[in-house]
Amino acid sequence: MATIWVVGELNGDGSLARVSTEAATLARTLATAAGAEAAGIVVAADPSSAATELATYVSRVVSITDPEAAGHVWASIAAERVAEVIGSDPGTTVLVGAGPDGRDVAGALSALTGLGVLVNAIGVTWADGGPAVEMSVFGGKLITTSGFTSKGGIITIRPNTVTAEVAGTIGRIEPAAPSGSLSLPKVAITEQVVEAGAAAPIEEARIIVSGGRGVGGAAGFELVASVAAALNGAVGATRAAVDAGWIPYAQQIGQTGKIVKPELYLALGISGAIQHKVGMQTAGTIVAVNRDPDAPIAEFADLVVVGDLFEVVPALLLALEARAG
Amino acid sequence: MHIVVLTKPVPDPAAAAERLGPDHRLDRAASPAVVNANDEYALEAALKLVEASGGEITLLTMAPAGGADTMRKALAMGATRGIQVTDPVLAGSDVRSTAAVLAAALGELTFDLVLAGADTSDGGGGVVPAGIAALLRLPYLSNAARIEPDAGSGRVKVRRITPTGYDVLEAPMPALIVCTQALGEPRYPSLKGIMAARSKEIAARALADLGSDPSGLGGAASTTTVLETRRPPARGATTVVRGTPGEGAAAIVNFLATRRII
Repeated sequence: MATIWVVGELNGDGSLARVSTEAATLARTLATAAGAEAAGIVVAADPSSAATELATYVSRVVSITDPEAAGHVWASIAAERVAEVIGSDPGTTVLVGAGPDGRDVAGALSALTGLGVLVNAIGVTWADGGPAVEMSVFGGKLITTSGFTSKGGIITIRPNTVTAEVAGTIGRIEPAAPSGSLSLPKVAITEQVVEAGAAAPIEEARIIVSGGRGVGGAAGFELVASVAAALNGAVGATRAAVDAGWIPYAQQIGQTGKIVKPELYLALGISGAIQHKVGMQTAGTIVAVNRDPDAPIAEFADLVVVGDLFEVVPALLLALEARAG
Repeated sequence: MHIVVLTKPVPDPAAAAERLGPDHRLDRAASPAVVNANDEYALEAALKLVEASGGEITLLTMAPAGGADTMRKALAMGATRGIQVTDPVLAGSDVRSTAAVLAAALGELTFDLVLAGADTSDGGGGVVPAGIAALLRLPYLSNAARIEPDAGSGRVKVRRITPTGYDVLEAPMPALIVCTQALGEPRYPSLKGIMAARSKEIAARALADLGSDPSGLGGAASTTTVLETRRPPARGATTVVRGTPGEGAAAIVNFLATRRII
């Protein structure tokens, strides 16, 4: 039986990354449509936790314990081990997340296997014997559907493309050892630094409260963070706010930052220039607070509150607090 | 130190005029081309390294014949020279083919570091650099927020941004590093730089010059194909609320409650 593979990515604590639960759910849907099996691969020095979780989504998980993965950058090692497992059938489909680790795996895996790559999928269906991959291109102006000429390839999946759902039955775990020595150079991790107050990854957030130039400074971002906390969301920012040093680059959304698709995007003091718009326009709901009713964001937001964010936001915090009781 | 910076001419996102041609490939005549914004961050990082410890910067691009014009701006920022791989066969190249061609071009050079931008504003995949590194068996260090090469030991240290902070990575050079904007904002070309760029060399290379077999490369060998295109569903009408801050806040809460977000 043909196999739709999903590469399990890991969080820092060894648990399964959220994007992999979504990719695994998608792999299962595709496998059903294709009459194939959905299977996962986890590569780690200790893959057990992630493999156990991945097995709740797909019917089979190859769990590769690779001591080399300890103290070394994960992606190229994972790509090589995945290449060993999936073999060289050009009809093989492999799903992986579209974040930094997933991209690194996809690029190396393509080079190792010769499989093609379709990137940043916002939806995948099964059609004519292979995956049909939807992508949003040209700053969201166009949606393309692409396929592989060999009917198989590597697909990077955007976070929030599907809602993760566990399967009705738990899949079997096949523990495995690496089958050979590595041909790609290992890169040593000499130090791991956890920064105080590091925020949850914004790509995965259900709600993002984001600030732009209008927020005025680092102090203003404390206000943005309060709204995010009240809504149980993450803090995002425009390039202008990041370049000004008000907030770390990891929070930047847009053309040179991250592309996000939250349920709610609350834009505070953001004009909505095209470079920012491309990073957030597929959000389910967009609400903007802006002094300028003619700002570009008014053209694509669902709700625009015209006003000074330093007056509206404190009132919003009170209203949210009152609602929470 | 010799640093190669990978650059790509892309349709200017600010012009918002991108479109596909009838062959479903990017219509490069429809938009003015600019250097991909993320590549400028990589170039800026290279310029700072060369300013600190000496060396040269070679820009490497795979682009249609007109791509040299956009490379001039990057040369004006301070790069030493450019190499442009141009071949009619390469139109419509996929990820695999692009990585193979750039790897072949790098194979002709001696370098300490290759720097690439995080992704391009047109393709957006961010997967080509990892492919190049794998093909050349180069150490691959991505998501870099700081780059510290040490010529004495021949090794490079990189801060790689992680979801919770950063990892410090270390590898022997030559190595390939994917840069982020955290490395610092690109400079504007100076007038002197613009003048100097006019006489800088941009070497054109065809596949034959690289000794690459054109079969298996380019559009004809693409592993991917666009099946169909459609416009995204239009967003609904915008509701605009003017009033007191309290009214604005209430409007937001009601709107979110109606949509069952809170």
